[in-house]
Amino acid sequence: MVAERLPPVIVGAGPAGTRAAETLVHAGLRPIVIDEAPSNGGQIYRRQPSGFTRPGKALYGFEASRAAALFGAFDRLAGSIDHRPNTLVWSIRPGSIGAGLMHLVSSERANALPFDQVIFATGATDRVIPLPGWTLPGVFTLGGAQVALKYQGCAIGQRTAFVGTGPLLYLVAYQYAKAGAKVAAVLDTAPLSAKLRALPGLSANAQATARGLYYLFWLRSRGVPVQLGIHPLAIEGRDGVTAIAWRDPHGGSHATPCDAVAMGYGLRSETQLADLAEVPFAWDALHRQWLPTRDAAGRTPVAGIYLAGDGGGALGADAAELAGERVALALLQDRGAADNGRSHADRIAAINRRLDRYLRFRRGLERAFPFPAHLAGDLADETLLCRCEGITAGEVRRAVREFGAHEINRAKAFSRVGMGRCQGRMCGPAAAEIVAGALGVPIEQAGRLRAQAPVKPLPMAAVLDDAAASARHG
Amino acid sequence: MAERIATEIAIIGGGLAGCSTALHLRQRNVPVVLLERAACGSQASGVNYGGVRQQGRTLVELPIARRSRALWGRMAELVGSDCEFMATGHLKLARNETEMDVLETYAREAAGWGLELQLLGRNALRDRFPWAGDKVIGGSFCTDDGQANPRLVTPAFARRARALGADIREHTTVTAVERGSDGFRIETAAGLEVRARIVVNVAGAWGHEIAAQFGEHVPEEPISPNMCVTEPLPYFLTPNLGVVGADLYMRQIPRGNVIFGGGRGVNDAKAQRARPLPESALASFQRALEVAPNLRGAHIIRFWTGIEGYMPDELPILDRSATTPGLIHAFGFSGHGFQLGPAVGAIVTEMALDGAPSTPIEPFRIGRFASAPSKS
Amino acid sequence: MTSKPRGQFVRLAETGRRPITLTIDGVARTALAGDTLLTAILVNGRCVRRSEFGGDGAVAGAPRAGFCVMGACQDCWVSLDDGRRVRACTTFAENGMKVRTAHGG
Repeated sequence: MVAERLPPVIVGAGPAGTRAAETLVHAGLRPIVIDEAPSNGGQIYRRQPSGFTRPGKALYGFEASRAAALFGAFDRLAGSIDHRPNTLVWSIRPGSIGAGLMHLVSSERANALPFDQVIFATGATDRVIPLPGWTLPGVFTLGGAQVALKYQGCAIGQRTAFVGTGPLLYLVAYQYAKAGAKVAAVLDTAPLSAKLRALPGLSANAQATARGLYYLFWLRSRGVPVQLGIHPLAIEGRDGVTAIAWRDPHGGSHATPCDAVAMGYGLRSETQLADLAEVPFAWDALHRQWLPTRDAAGRTPVAGIYLAGDGGGALGADAAELAGERVALALLQDRGAADNGRSHADRIAAINRRLDRYLRFRRGLERAFPFPAHLAGDLADETLLCRCEGITAGEVRRAVREFGAHEINRAKAFSRVGMGRCQGRMCGPAAAEIVAGALGVPIEQAGRLRAQAPVKPLPMAAVLDDAAASARHG
Repeated sequence: MAERIATEIAIIGGGLAGCSTALHLRQRNVPVVLLERAACGSQASGVNYGGVRQQGRTLVELPIARRSRALWGRMAELVGSDCEFMATGHLKLARNETEMDVLETYAREAAGWGLELQLLGRNALRDRFPWAGDKVIGGSFCTDDGQANPRLVTPAFARRARALGADIREHTTVTAVERGSDGFRIETAAGLEVRARIVVNVAGAWGHEIAAQFGEHVPEEPISPNMCVTEPLPYFLTPNLGVVGADLYMRQIPRGNVIFGGGRGVNDAKAQRARPLPESALASFQRALEVAPNLRGAHIIRFWTGIEGYMPDELPILDRSATTPGLIHAFGFSGHGFQLGPAVGAIVTEMALDGAPSTPIEPFRIGRFASAPSKS
Repeated sequence: MTSKPRGQFVRLAETGRRPITLTIDGVARTALAGDTLLTAILVNGRCVRRSEFGGDGAVAGAPRAGFCVMGACQDCWVSLDDGRRVRACTTFAENGMKVRTAHGG
């Protein structure tokens, strides 16, 4: 038993990170909680800036009481945790021998933080499929449209069209309409038949399903056009959005006038830190993404590296809270908190039984709102795929067909796809579909874009804080 | 079922030197098989900084560098793409009087080898390169040098060599090489067996492992240079940039990204893995800002590194085996392999087919470390 | 007096906050305390930055206005007159700030 250990680190202060911190504090530890945002909550429960006055019900709707409970839990941890907001973990290397080291930056101050246990609760962002016109001003992700409303009290436009698929499509459209914004249309690529087939799986979370149906009927009852089984064609406009063109299931073409579009096709886990920490990845068919591997409690195969929440496969905020508690218990077990190790194991098993329901629900959602991979794979050659580097779908296909790229990192090396500021967060899923299509192989054989430090842009003016650097030798 | 090929020349290693050798051999219609355990240009040839410079090379290396520069100038004709090669010049900076002395001495000596350099004092340098920071007191400019995109170059050589009939096998790991009475036999993990009259060892940072199998031990070290790239910035930096002491090198591509390096990352050469070190990167930010203060607001979007084979004297091994007839070594390029690679292919081809190469290679003998204590 | 251009973002709530003034591309603009730079720019106009590259029939310099609004897509970086570059969606607007949507300088 080591007499003195480094405090555990949690990256991310959303639902998973909050519950993990709470569990560790209850066990008598003082975790370091690092988060990019100025305040806790993550994306889903993002807290509005100080000076904003809307009540929780207006911001989080049916989830207001959950949000309040989570904020209460976090606020009670004040003084018991080392909270580092506005801080990016931009690099990490695992401790093969001794402590690992992560690198942080806050404004232009860089810090090296030694650690021996870290929980990644890094969450997820929207999974997008490009289409012509998707870089025009006025086009945002569904999550982005929601943040504009929740965090800033703004709609992304005068008349917003919502396109894509997944529960967020209906939720955000409903929130917009409820807040007084004009919703031009809700355009869902998933057909009605998929939703009907999915009902048995969706019954795993009857409450969530009922809410989804409520949003749909509420929108329809207020005259919002909700179209199922559509094929998006293009976002039109020159310097901004003027319309979205789409095709109905019978082949009819439409153009819905609007000045803003919110788009998204489910979520994509943020996995860069796990990758830099050398956690092995495996293909996950449900999320159609390479995900870091972990055991049933959230331990990765790399000693001291743990995962919780949507960053290891998006199951939603409620599941993330449970996974946060679970992984903290696993961390405590590994730390040798042996006196109540038995009860930790029991609690982990109990959480896993509850999480199983969310996994079944997630499978149901995938049937109800299947990811339309063909839309990405079939993108026209001239369509802009990588918005950072200005790379088209055709340039990626050319990297495969003419230059012989046999997987996505090689296609990146030849074409620059995914090589820009966002490191493929936006174009990566679609680029993989295009590479797989050009190679004529299943998507999992297209490979996985490797993460590279810094995981987000790092100011060149950043200076390593000498005090922190020397502390790690002390 | 195991596949067997009989060929004239087998090349081990699909880096730039190997792919250029394959190309030059095919230009003379010689049967050639190239074996690469990953994809061509995966290691140092593909992930290096991208400098194409003669300035600063050890003088005895200049004849190869000069010959290679001529090949760089006709890259489009040679491999079907210019690989973003641009003769932007190379500017080597001095940050104090001692460094300026180094530049002056080198310029005098290099002139004797046919390399013309322009020495620039503080004012002349600022007139031409107004971005230079106060710390820069002068420089030496080589008009003839430039830069290129390393991700494109080696694959382009491989594609052209293949188009000319080279049998290039990627994802094919060599597991054994032996010489019998009738030439070489090479086994691979994939079951392919290659028989060849001549073997070319262009295995980069792993070249010494093959040499050792033939009783030739050389002190090659795997080094990982630490490199960074910024977001796209307004184009301001035309030449490829270096400093005396080599703790910073920097260039900007016309798309706007500034690429710079300095310091080292870490590697596990056995596992063929390397990673950049944030500490090295942060230190190189400061050196870059001293030289080009206008980078202060810029952001870094990526670090990377690779594995390069360095020799103690930073000169490659380019020689026939001293123990084994028909074996040619060309490895340990010590960070110079990208610029030299095209010519190395031409020289190895001459060594294999003509006897003596038309470029002097005496300084690069494999036996030059024989008196040094063996590391293995 | 410059007439107020049409904004992309539309304020639906929280309009009682204290007004602040910042300069966007040399023109004084009004925003509210608690606005991010992205909001401050987009209630006053439709372009946050210009793309460095072309593609999709567009030439380099095509307007962009952010995308993910949560610090992931990196498509809302702007320059401040003090030389810093900041991501508009994760930076609060401050009274007196001078912002440039075009990269350079």
